[in-house]
Amino acid sequence: MNPIYLDHAATTPMDPEVTKEMLPIFEVYGNPSSIHSFGRKARQLLDQSRRIAASSIHANEKDIVFTSGGTEADNIAMIGTAHANQHKGKHIITTVIEHHATLHTAEYLEKQGFKVTYLPVEENGQIELESFKAALTDETILVSIMAVNNETGVIQPIQEIADIVKDHQAYFHTDAVQAYGLLDLNVNEISIDLLSVSSHKINGPKGIGFLYIREGVLVEALQHGGQQERKRRPGTENVAGIIGFAKAIQIAQQKREERINTYQAYKQSFVETLEQEAINFFVNGEWEKTIPSTINISFPGTNVESLLTNFDLAGIAASSGSACTAGSVEPSHVLSAMYGSENERTTNSIRFSFGLANNQDQIIEAAKRVASIVKRLVK
Amino acid sequence: MIYLDNSATTKPYPEVVESFRQVSEKYYGNPSSVHSFGTEAEKLLRMAKQQAASLLHVHEDEIVFTSGGTEGNNTAIKGIALAHQNRGKHIITTQIEHPSVLEACTALERLGFDVTYLPVNKQGIVSVEDVKNAITKDTILISIMHVNNELGTIQPIKEVGAIAKQHPKLFFHVDHVQGFGKVSIPLHDSGIDLCTISGHKIHGLKGTGLLYIKRNTTIFPLMHGGDQEMGYRSGTENLAGIVSLVKAIRLYFDHANTRTNHVKRLNEKLRACLSEINGLVINTPDHDYVDHILNFSLPGFKPEVVIHALGEKEIYISTKSACSSKQPDESVVLAACGLDKAITKSGLRVSLAYDNCEEDIEAFCEALKMIRNQLSEVMG
Ligand SMILES: Cc1ncc(COP(=O)(O)O)c(C=O)c1O
Ligand SMILES: Cc1ncc(COP(=O)(O)O)c(C=O)c1O
Repeated sequence: MNPIYLDHAATTPMDPEVTKEMLPIFEVYGNPSSIHSFGRKARQLLDQSRRIAASSIHANEKDIVFTSGGTEADNIAMIGTAHANQHKGKHIITTVIEHHATLHTAEYLEKQGFKVTYLPVEENGQIELESFKAALTDETILVSIMAVNNETGVIQPIQEIADIVKDHQAYFHTDAVQAYGLLDLNVNEISIDLLSVSSHKINGPKGIGFLYIREGVLVEALQHGGQQERKRRPGTENVAGIIGFAKAIQIAQQKREERINTYQAYKQSFVETLEQEAINFFVNGEWEKTIPSTINISFPGTNVESLLTNFDLAGIAASSGSACTAGSVEPSHVLSAMYGSENERTTNSIRFSFGLANNQDQIIEAAKRVASIVKRLVK
Repeated sequence: MIYLDNSATTKPYPEVVESFRQVSEKYYGNPSSVHSFGTEAEKLLRMAKQQAASLLHVHEDEIVFTSGGTEGNNTAIKGIALAHQNRGKHIITTQIEHPSVLEACTALERLGFDVTYLPVNKQGIVSVEDVKNAITKDTILISIMHVNNELGTIQPIKEVGAIAKQHPKLFFHVDHVQGFGKVSIPLHDSGIDLCTISGHKIHGLKGTGLLYIKRNTTIFPLMHGGDQEMGYRSGTENLAGIVSLVKAIRLYFDHANTRTNHVKRLNEKLRACLSEINGLVINTPDHDYVDHILNFSLPGFKPEVVIHALGEKEIYISTKSACSSKQPDESVVLAACGLDKAITKSGLRVSLAYDNCEEDIEAFCEALKMIRNQLSEVMG
């Protein structure tokens, strides 16, 4: 059966336009740090890409630091600001639903003597602003809250969070890896101090990302060495990767409205088809508060493992959204946070995420295949 | 264009670009995903790792793919230091290391580590005796590069490895970025615990590299997250980059014999041509060097001016390492060799690759002679 890829939140296929942009760059292979003109040519391409990345979030180009991906961006944002600002206090606020790049980094910082508050979320998947406000103390130096959750697609109220943090000494970092490209992220209007983005989630190459660091924010580098990225991220720049990333950014900017509408329509028809097939299911998280490309669905009477195995056999590539170890799928930490760890949604939910590899027919076909498997499993 | 700056970076092999393209197109799944897109990507990742391991004659679980040499060096040095600081806080390195080693060490000094930066002799080589004598009961790490990026000198890695073996409590890291594929060191049973390799110096892609970590070596990861690469290196794997890196290693090894002879001839020709230029001093010694790198000085001439003039003829060489090119005037490496200011402030580096030819060398030497004469006239 021809496979249908519904796991764009895990990673996306590279846009052919991006490949086309990258291939000639391997001929301009100079080192951007070289002082000769062949190096400067590479430097120009790099600068151009930096301007594209910056303008996508209305930032200054010198505030963009290219990294090896979202994980590195999150690590620099958190470890870098924690270490550089510990004289102001040692308290950090994050949420229980963050990606492991944030959660594991927060746990590491706890071992380093930082105190971390992990905010819970409501049943709709969002944090509660009053408890957030209450968690802020004079000791708080960093607030790290993701813009969109990778399992549920639920959007956090980052504008409100930013407004609260604005008058506080703490910096506001948002992991925008899942939000970028579909949400409007304007760092002039929303007072975000640090923002992480990953290229492979927006049809760019893997191994590239960027961290926005607002001018004046104190950050220690994670790596040391050359002068690259203003010393905030040394190492010979992955020029072709950065240029591919910039192309993916440009396309995402141009097609933002179109993609929002398309993916919203996919999501709608996916759910409608499931309804027509008359199977029992619940959408996790509040529909209006989720990003168009992602939907997380609970199928009562089933479990994640057999769902995923059967989906895969039927050519449906979806995911549980949680880490899988040696074939056994652990209950989702995100759904546990929303519904309680005893709730069966934590073990019978699947994330479907739409994107470039899809078309309308596929979505309906996929929903039909899903429905027939679910019917078989709950019998 | 005549590109003689191959120690800064190299032109990717066409086959490397092709495998990058193919993997990007056909294997876009995330290796951590359990569906077929993911398992196929995971299979390819395993194969790449097996192949890298067999090329390096090490175990599969000793290979960690990274984003390059800088990350490899930082991971190795900070990773060992942070994981083993309870045993001692002393690190030994040399004064001529790449900034990614030197600055990782200075960062550790700020955290309370004690670092010995060993000097080198006039030829730019560290003394094995000095290494031995620097070891104390607090030493947890020795980090020495195999081939120096500015001079091309080869460090006595085998001998240091033998010493390291006698001190089972300390770790030995080798920055092999410039030496990999040019001078061989067996990793297995060498006393080496960690070894850094970078893709773009061997006609692979920028942003790719690997770190060899010997079995049973605990290091503290630089990045936290999804625990990819056995927890040593979190972050979604750059699969296309990884496969292209292994391709580059294989090709670089395959071409070793023909390349070695070819580059040796180019080096001889280069040395002969340069020795005809008035006032030019060759800094790379005539023993313990690699043929790919030749460092020389034109005392009295600003290196940037020479490079600019050569650049106008589309001939590209460099001053010091590209990474530290923004530091003012003096070469730290040449200074560490105890050379005169006139020499250390006028250093130039030619670095060769398989795709250079004898005509490149001739054209470069001709151009350099002419530029030297023109500049002398200007300077009167
Ligand atoms: C929300 C979120 N943050 C961070 C990451 C990590 O990004 P990368 O895979 O580029 O390291 C991911 C994806 O894996 C993610 O979904
Ligand atoms: C000796 C040495 N070590 C490390 C590096 C850093 O490698 P990368 O540019 O891949 O970060 C370089 C090159 O710049 C080098 O010459």
